[in-house]
Amino acid sequence: MPSEKKLMRGSDTLAEAAVRAGCRFFSGYPITPQNELPEYLSWRLPQAGGTFIQAESELSAINMVLGAAATGARALTSSSSPGVSLKQEGISYLAGQELPAVVANMMRGGPGLGNIAASAADYFQATRGGGHGDYRTPVLAPAGCQELAELTFLAFDLADKYRTPVMLLGDGLIGQVMEPVVFPDPIDPADLPPKDYILDGCAGRAPRAIFSMLLGQQGELYKHNLHLQEKYEQITADEQRWEENLTEDADIIAVAYGTASRIAMSAVEELRAEGVKAGLFRPITLWPYPKQALRKLAQGGVKVAVFELSAGQMVEDVMLSVGERAEIHFYGIPGGVIPTPADVIDFLRSALKGDGKVGRRVEI
Amino acid sequence: MLVRTQFAGFGGQGVLLMGYVLSNGAMLKGLNVTFFPSYGAEMRGGTANCMVTLSDKKIASPVGSQADILVAMNGPSLDKFEPTVAKGGLIVLNQSLIKWGPKRQDVEVFSVPLVDLAREAGSERAANMVMIGAVCAKRDLLPLEDVVKGMQAAMKGKDKFFALNTKGIQRGFTFAQTGK
Amino acid sequence: MSAPAAEKIFGRPESLKDVATHYCPGCGHSVAHRLVAECLDEMGLREKTIGVPPVGCAVLAYNYFNFDMVEAPHGRALAVATGIKRVRPDSFVLTYQGDGDLAAIGTAETIHAANRGELISCIFINNAIYGMTGGQMAPTTIIGEVTTTTPGGREAKAHGSPIDISRMLAVCEGAVYIERCTLNSFKGIKQAKKAIRKCFQVQVDGLGFGLVELLSPCPTNMKMSPKQAWQWIDNQMMKTYPLGLIKDTTGYEDK
Ligand SMILES: Cc1ncc(C[n+]2csc(CCOP(=O)(O)OP(=O)(O)O)c2C)c(N)n1
Ligand code: SF4
Repeated sequence: MPSEKKLMRGSDTLAEAAVRAGCRFFSGYPITPQNELPEYLSWRLPQAGGTFIQAESELSAINMVLGAAATGARALTSSSSPGVSLKQEGISYLAGQELPAVVANMMRGGPGLGNIAASAADYFQATRGGGHGDYRTPVLAPAGCQELAELTFLAFDLADKYRTPVMLLGDGLIGQVMEPVVFPDPIDPADLPPKDYILDGCAGRAPRAIFSMLLGQQGELYKHNLHLQEKYEQITADEQRWEENLTEDADIIAVAYGTASRIAMSAVEELRAEGVKAGLFRPITLWPYPKQALRKLAQGGVKVAVFELSAGQMVEDVMLSVGERAEIHFYGIPGGVIPTPADVIDFLRSALKGDGKVGRRVEI
Repeated sequence: MLVRTQFAGFGGQGVLLMGYVLSNGAMLKGLNVTFFPSYGAEMRGGTANCMVTLSDKKIASPVGSQADILVAMNGPSLDKFEPTVAKGGLIVLNQSLIKWGPKRQDVEVFSVPLVDLAREAGSERAANMVMIGAVCAKRDLLPLEDVVKGMQAAMKGKDKFFALNTKGIQRGFTFAQTGK
Repeated sequence: MSAPAAEKIFGRPESLKDVATHYCPGCGHSVAHRLVAECLDEMGLREKTIGVPPVGCAVLAYNYFNFDMVEAPHGRALAVATGIKRVRPDSFVLTYQGDGDLAAIGTAETIHAANRGELISCIFINNAIYGMTGGQMAPTTIIGEVTTTTPGGREAKAHGSPIDISRMLAVCEGAVYIERCTLNSFKGIKQAKKAIRKCFQVQVDGLGFGLVELLSPCPTNMKMSPKQAWQWIDNQMMKTYPLGLIKDTTGYEDK
């Protein structure tokens, strides 16, 4: 039965949703702005018969998750930017070993220690693999608590379906904001489809091994990589998700994800009230990027206005999607500063006029 | 209808709790709501603030360009957030601590003698409840019953405070409605 | 000028900048900063010193210490310090680290710097909790201690036992001086200063790795008054972390 409606913080929402999605293992290391998530799981997971471990570092946390995933558990780790950098090695191994896991990143300002304010400057790291080797991880970008709850379920499902690490990419605001949430029906881990690759002791079957090192002379690593790429093509074909708001008749379409998309939507609503035909395109999967959907909108003289809490990362995917079919404008706020809808209104107006006062025109 | 309320003060004044009570009350009444608190090292500095947005429609941004209502619990908070209040907006002051008024002429100012009213309600500890009552009544954000329900939801498990807090909320309502 | 110059008996050490710190009232970091600064001044080391602050509540130590400092990622201070010392052997290199920084995420760097006998002085602030991130369990959190990630108190079985990293480091050949002191009393602070001086001397004399552990109150996250936090160190923390010399192979007379 779905839960009753409850006012919940983003971090707590993710934690509760994970438990309801059948996650029974969490390991993480404290870092602001997502500390409430491990704090919540420190009592909630034991209550659900699961395991919570505060690891000695993020390096350790991601590898505990690797171990738990190898034995078949739905496993989660969570951090914020500096800690996610440390997890990249483990994510690469998870990808290479084809093990499912969910990694949450509540991004904060960087580079380095940066600050703890909401930021979205880890887009490249998240969508381009992040660690070493030819791999990608599906990246889900929730824009609020209810969606965070739903995408947490989806993250575990995609991870199991494609045997891959999946990233939930939020930011300090998504982690800290409180909104009413209704959780989907809880899943009993015992009801999940069995996994035929996990390690549970070889009684009655041949021993299994899970590994990513392929030194063979017959092109084993090459073949493994081709297999991974086929999988990524499948994900790209089947798993793109996005939302369109007021785009049908729009003269200008804002493109934004996560927190930035919420701010942009307020700007769009205010402009609409003044008669300006603005719309919003919000990617929900950042990888695979909803390229064709955005491409379809980029026609008939519409302008595309990319707004990011970074100095400009997703804009490259927009350029790849839209090409020269429409004018692309960009406005980015780096360094953990949260802009207001008024800032985005100024940008959209400026982009419509093409006066270059706020943001800039992007040359392909 | 879309109303953004900024609560601000120092740690220990129950600033976040005020926002949390309002948010819970609004949710129980069936409104959409977002609550965005300050967090982390900012809190160590001893200040606390949060923005609560209420609407009968889906809420886009949880942060606004401006606040319709500012609840300032101490002087520094008034100084910091006064410029963010919308023209024609409302500034509610904790009169017990703020001895000067806002410089702005284009906003409505409502001063609440919090400590005195809280004492009348039973304890100075109910000051934040008096405040949330006064704010909700002043701008018709929520009826009294919903604020009380919001308080009970926000403080689930701490039933022993319900009686005092309810009195505090009532005292705030009466003050806003009668000026006394 | 006929009047004799007054003798200055208390003032701000030159190694501390004349600024207010962000530490909470009753926090051990303020005291530890002062002790480090006084020792550097007294030993004439300030201008040779290169310091590495932790990631933790003392992350902004470069705003308070009046000598060269470079930030390191969380836990990596002793690796960064190693790089500094090897390139500039004539400089005086110190790290200043909390328990999470030194004994959780930085354990490998800590053990290996000590084991290599790096000529580095390490000031280790043990407050048994994560201060900066808001009160989670630290590796040094004692059994039964309530933190935000051990809401029912630390249990050995679920969370591991408190780690006594100073005693572990004593096994390392390269570590020549390790002492545990406390910052919760006048007497303790006096002893801590003596230990810090000695630790610095070890580096000056090129003997090896030196570390002083300081039991330090964090009233904010313990949700205690400063006085209660001081008492808690006496009554609880010292049972797990008894004060005193842990290792000394310096050969100094003053043992
Ligand atoms: C890679 C990484 N992980 C986590 C953090 C978050 N973080 C900052 S300080 C800290 C621990 C602080 O505790 P401690 O070292 O005991 O020092 P204290 O604040 O108590 O003085 C953590 C986990 C970070 N900055 N970088
Ligand atoms: S939180 Fe604790 S360690 Fe950090 S400054 Fe405050 S008292 Fe000191």
